[in-house]
Amino acid sequence: MKLSAENVTKEFIRKTGKSNHFSAVNDVSLTLESGRLTVLNGRSGSGKTTLLNMLSGLLSPTKGRITLDGEDIYALDDKRLSRLRNQRFGVIPQGQTAIHSLTVLENILLPFSLYRESGEAEQKYALELAERLGIAQLCEVRPAELSGGELRRMAIARAVIRRPSVIFADEPTGDLDDENTALVFGFLRELSAQGSAVFIVTHENNAAGYADEVYRMNGGKLEISE
Amino acid sequence: MKSLTLKNLLGRPVRTAALTALAALLSFAVFIGTMIVLSLGNGLDSLEARLGAEVMTVPYEAATKKKFEDVILQGMTGYFYMDKSKLDEIAALDSVGDISAQLYLASTGSNCCSMPVQIIGFDPETDFTVTPWIKKSGGGQLKELDIVVGSDLNAFVGDKLSFYGVECNVAAKLDKTGTTYDTTVFTNIDTIDRLIQSSLDKGMNDFKNLKPENIVSCLLINSADGYSPEETMNDINLHVKKVKALRSKNMISGISSSLDGVSGMIRTLIIAVWALGVVILLLAFTMSVNERRKEFAVLRVMGSSRSKLAGMVFKEALSVCIAGSAVGCVIGLIVLIPFGGAIEQKLSLPYLLPGPAAVLMCVGGTLILAAASGAAAAVLSAWRMSRIDTGLVLRGDN
Ligand SMILES: Nc1ncnc2c1ncn2[C@@H]1O[C@H](COP(=O)(O)OP(=O)(O)O)[C@@H](O)[C@H]1O
Ligand SMILES: [Mg+2]
Repeated sequence: MKLSAENVTKEFIRKTGKSNHFSAVNDVSLTLESGRLTVLNGRSGSGKTTLLNMLSGLLSPTKGRITLDGEDIYALDDKRLSRLRNQRFGVIPQGQTAIHSLTVLENILLPFSLYRESGEAEQKYALELAERLGIAQLCEVRPAELSGGELRRMAIARAVIRRPSVIFADEPTGDLDDENTALVFGFLRELSAQGSAVFIVTHENNAAGYADEVYRMNGGKLEISE
Repeated sequence: MKSLTLKNLLGRPVRTAALTALAALLSFAVFIGTMIVLSLGNGLDSLEARLGAEVMTVPYEAATKKKFEDVILQGMTGYFYMDKSKLDEIAALDSVGDISAQLYLASTGSNCCSMPVQIIGFDPETDFTVTPWIKKSGGGQLKELDIVVGSDLNAFVGDKLSFYGVECNVAAKLDKTGTTYDTTVFTNIDTIDRLIQSSLDKGMNDFKNLKPENIVSCLLINSADGYSPEETMNDINLHVKKVKALRSKNMISGISSSLDGVSGMIRTLIIAVWALGVVILLLAFTMSVNERRKEFAVLRVMGSSRSKLAGMVFKEALSVCIAGSAVGCVIGLIVLIPFGGAIEQKLSLPYLLPGPAAVLMCVGGTLILAAASGAAAAVLSAWRMSRIDTGLVLRGDN
């Protein structure tokens, strides 16, 4: 499995000097592969999230293509692309992203229940993941009662519940303490060892130790670190 | 796992309850309003059926001083008389077909009634308006001193009521008509002769020196074949002195026009309430969905298609509106049935609740209207949520 960005550019409308649009991501090419963990560093505002959103099927590029095993994913209609995201991609978004009217377990099962596919096997796997991430005792609790670290671990379990081919994590440790940070990176490393492609965006440098590749974003341009 | 819609609704009980209450209130207003309009129309039809004759003839004075109208339309009591010779005189006219005389008397209160009641005597030999109605209500031939009571009177078959010292037996109770006839007592002409005689004997009648056998109050007339009611009315007014012939239709038209007024007002009110309600619902849905923009963005990230998200917003709105509407209709029914009498009095117009089929249709219509309004109010939020820019929403707390 290969997910590639081919010369992608994303322009947003914004008055900058004479021009009324600017490129948040500028002519970037990048490939994510099964079993590899890729880290993207870079300052805040450099275009990391924009690139991640394009790769994960949430934001269509202004120029260039995103291909999954050679197929342009933005050539799909919204229904198909949504289904693809649901089945093949797992996204751990920035910030807190719990659905408040659902319990922790229901949140974890959401990618299945959106398409009414959550059965006993899925339930069992959700509990396993919760166990693995140390939030098993919180399964029946509402997200409002969880700490930041616990919420992030819930979001991770939710992102990986469908055993996706590609896992995207946007600043997964931004608001976590060292212990939680190590736990999260360790888990993501484990998933890539099991065959997923993992893409981690972070402005911290401590993720590099877990990575197969490290890139750096600078004003919308991609540079290879080291 | 229960549906996400249900969980979202139950997960925010206060908001859900408020929206449901709003939908209930709107549906209540529409349901009650429609039922009142229907009941008024139904009451008018019923009155027309009860009048039962095309032309009514009363003493000239009774017509000009509105005494007759007050009795028939306003539910006041009254009596007025003309010589029985008028009956023969009018019956002899070519344009007159069926004709039957009635005698009026007002009681001064009796054990059934907190207020004086109107007593109407009819002639079983010629009557064509009251007898069919008694039959329909399950009564039979009236014997001497038998009376038939309107449905709103507090008297029942087998009871004994006394008027001017004469004891009468309640032989039948009439079906509800929604008109002033519901508080009227009917009897045959022999019995009312005795009651009038007794009122004269006791000096409790405004008239003196009457012979009950020689008087009539009102003549009910259908035109003969080949004549229109209009021609019959004109014929009588032209050829018979000291009487006034009236067309039943024209009498009712006064009611009919004030009924149109009331109905129109209620309709305007319903539309205003509903329009306002839809605007409030629209704002409420927009706010409630806006507040959850982030959650919708997350659902999108998890693989919801645009149409799925829009469907979710719709489903929530529809569930709330239909549930609220059902509550509103039930409350409407609970209010309508016991308070029908109060509404009738306040409006002082003929008022008759339509049958169960019409009520059910009204409930169904209200539910459909509520669902449609909910859908209309949710369109904007559904569209906005389906267009949500996940990137922008989730970047919020970068
Ligand atoms: N939807 C958008 N509309 C307009 N500007 C945007 C949008 N998304 C991101 N940007 C801008 O693009 C630039 C890159 O943003 P982002 O990719 O979020 O950076 P990072 O994740 O590296 O902090 C920023 O200047 C940001 O303000
Ligand atoms: Mg970012």
